[in-house]
Amino acid sequence: MSELAGPARGYWSNVLRRLMRDRVALACILVLAVILLAAIFAPLVAPGDPFRASMLRRLRPIGTPGNLLGTDELGRDMLTRLIYGGRLSLFTGIVPVINAFAIGTFLGVFAGYSGGRANMAIMRTIDVFYAFPSVLLAIAISGALGAGIFNSIVSLTVVFVPPIARVAESVTTQVRSLDFVDAARASGAGALTIIRVHILGNVLGPVFVYATGLVSVSMILASGLSFLGLGTKPPEAEWGLMLNTLRTAIYAQPLVAALPGAMIFAVSICFNLFSDGLRQAMDVKL
Amino acid sequence: MLQYLLRRFVYAIPIALGVSVVCFALVHISPGDPLASVLPPDASLEMQQIMRQVYGFDRPLPVQFGFWLWRALAGDLGVSIATGRPVAGEVWHAFGNTFMLAALAAAFGFSAGALLGLVAGYWRGGWIDRLASTLSIAGISVPHYWLGMVLAIVFSVQLNWLPATGAGPGGSADWTWDWAHVRFLVLPALTMSVIPLGIVARSVRALVGDILSQEFVDALRAKGLPESGIFLHILKNAAPTSLAVMGLQLGYLLGGSILIETVFAWPGTGFLLGNAILQRDLPLLQGTILVLAMFFVVLNLLVDVAQTWLDPRIKRA
Repeated sequence: MSELAGPARGYWSNVLRRLMRDRVALACILVLAVILLAAIFAPLVAPGDPFRASMLRRLRPIGTPGNLLGTDELGRDMLTRLIYGGRLSLFTGIVPVINAFAIGTFLGVFAGYSGGRANMAIMRTIDVFYAFPSVLLAIAISGALGAGIFNSIVSLTVVFVPPIARVAESVTTQVRSLDFVDAARASGAGALTIIRVHILGNVLGPVFVYATGLVSVSMILASGLSFLGLGTKPPEAEWGLMLNTLRTAIYAQPLVAALPGAMIFAVSICFNLFSDGLRQAMDVKL
Repeated sequence: MLQYLLRRFVYAIPIALGVSVVCFALVHISPGDPLASVLPPDASLEMQQIMRQVYGFDRPLPVQFGFWLWRALAGDLGVSIATGRPVAGEVWHAFGNTFMLAALAAAFGFSAGALLGLVAGYWRGGWIDRLASTLSIAGISVPHYWLGMVLAIVFSVQLNWLPATGAGPGGSADWTWDWAHVRFLVLPALTMSVIPLGIVARSVRALVGDILSQEFVDALRAKGLPESGIFLHILKNAAPTSLAVMGLQLGYLLGGSILIETVFAWPGTGFLLGNAILQRDLPLLQGTILVLAMFFVVLNLLVDVAQTWLDPRIKRA
């Protein structure tokens, strides 16, 4: 790249600049922003009431006047429910990753920094959870806890803590043995200061990139739990649950029945591509 | 090698024990009296007494765990609340169906994924490479239960080529390997194969790229080895890691089949789990999950051993 020497830029402004040049990532951010904003401002954006059913207007096709995307099996407006559905779907998909990001980073940094027995205890416990396929673990826990949004978030948090803790632990262990950490320790910095200033600064980036990639899995799993009857309960609007209740409609209105899943797919693929772009922009190797 | 095998085996024991602790805990994290969760609601007082004795709910948790594990090792996984039949038998029967589905999905997903990854890694930047990366991103991002519905819409509802649900004509439970039965397998297996296809393609592509950038490839080319010979070298070097990825994916297929089995009403372990969830049949839930998780632990062990056998340089602790 032949660029004129300008004022030195910070790391984050460089990351932002690289991200802005990545058209795919940019398009994904745009799509996600539209869906997220629509979900947040659903009462303002949505054309109707997500719960108003009408036995006379059941399973209308896409393009029906007054119901742009048709109606579901109870005659509720699909467009409205898809917009409202984003609220719970995004919430139950993103919150577990945020929780796991906090808990996993804490556990991983603690294990990596202290080493020795504490590391053994934490990492071997995490190995046990790793021994479950993630879908199975999510279903086991939320199946035992019972249906409900809270339980679904708890079970998915448990699913995502181990992988995040592993990444945090491995980065912490690498950073801990670097010279500048020794230098900080020699100059009298306490453990907390070293972790706050030197370790977290190096750990948070990679872990954050990794966590953004997990959101896609989390969205699929959270909606999957609702699809199975765990997670969100009717008559709430949630994409996975909508997909489940519309399952019987694949003969009458296949296109309408497939809509909620298309939303999950769109959000999931956008998060994956955004995560890939962010990884390249931040130059993180995992 | 023998020493390694032994060490690897010993290392798997605490993991297996931990997995059984998690499974044991499932009944105890469920809200309410654990006795109520392993008994049908209309159980007689006498029955309650017997079950309390059998499960030992009046004793300390570690003792309970010991009893539970001892019975599980002997093949007694308790009795299903909903059907009253032993859980072990139900799981065993369903596991066969799931294995069939997962094996078919794996066979297709792995071979297509490996082929795609090989070609994409060898001709980097070509159209196949772009197709491979698009497919792998789509494969890992697609909610597979939705993909199953879409495939059912296209191939069952619109084209009427394949059945949408079930595991045999007329809902019969007996499986035979003829087209009348196998056609029920096609859609669920195809749906299931998408995730491993994407992941295998992605890892093989990265592996092949890595191998091609190593110096020994240049040396081989310099001494005049034809490209077909180089291809063999790539295969040989990519095999151990690819096999490890595939082994893990097979485990994920077996353990993660629940959503797809629900969509296609395929009578496997996932379907069993779905029923257990709907009817809050905790012994069935616990038993199925224990069997699937243990299978995953054993599979991981086998993958590690196979990987070391193929490439003795990897002797992991």
